[in-house]
Amino acid sequence: MKLLRRRDLVCQQAVELVTDYLEDKLSPRARRRFEAHLAGCPHCTEYLAQMRETIRLAGRVEPEDLTPQARDEIVDLYRRWRSGQSGQE
Amino acid sequence: MHPDFELISRLRSGDERAFTVLVERYHEPMLALAASFVPNRAVAEEVVQDTWLAALRGLDAFEGRSTLKTWLFRILVNRARSTGSKEQRSIPVADPEPAVDPSRFGGDGGWADPPEHWIEAAERRMEAGKLAGQVRVWIDDLPARQREVVLLRDVEGMSSEDVCAVLALTEGNQRVLLHRGRSRLRQLLENELREVR
Repeated sequence: MKLLRRRDLVCQQAVELVTDYLEDKLSPRARRRFEAHLAGCPHCTEYLAQMRETIRLAGRVEPEDLTPQARDEIVDLYRRWRSGQSGQE
Repeated sequence: MHPDFELISRLRSGDERAFTVLVERYHEPMLALAASFVPNRAVAEEVVQDTWLAALRGLDAFEGRSTLKTWLFRILVNRARSTGSKEQRSIPVADPEPAVDPSRFGGDGGWADPPEHWIEAAERRMEAGKLAGQVRVWIDDLPARQREVVLLRDVEGMSSEDVCAVLALTEGNQRVLLHRGRSRLRQLLENELREVR
């Protein structure tokens, strides 16, 4: 195990920086420090990959299908709104 | 030209098909978000219905400074907030909440119990249609403010700027909530997929 320099990140700190890193909100210096940690740490590299995968998986959650009844109810609102509008004209 | 303007002008001219497209696209996502603010599904349905009506009435005022989607979700959140919050909403951002259970690190701050591999297993289960429903449940079970941000950012794919506008959050708080929500989801995935192996 390599000796830690005082400026080095430890894993417990690195996992808290993952979102700032992915959102590109780290300062250039903090970013270099984070990437230097990753380069020497397979576990945190895995952790970052898992956070990326978590985001991808959430993006594949489809909204529940709207039932035809629910859709018709809302479209009916639109019809009533339209007829109210033309009534005013 | 604003990409939503064509849709808007079709709505204004009474094109029912245009409205149906909008409802099919946003009704369920709005319900999912509304559920975060109000006590039950029935109230969430009411809030979303109110939102559609308010949007129709406000169509002429839509200036295209945001996308139609962001505009709709803002109306929704304002209505949902005034309808009543179901939990204490003011404090949570300030509470510390580690991304990973501290017991998984050694005294030197390095991993003692490192993350296990599960990405390939997750992909296989997602492909088999066996994971999306579970992820949806986990997102629904997140603390309300984390859920709102994760729904809009990661499920709906909104930009952080739009999410801040919709939820009236500062950029920093949005990021904290996103970090916590995603970190929780990652842990739930690890728990779930570790058991499968």
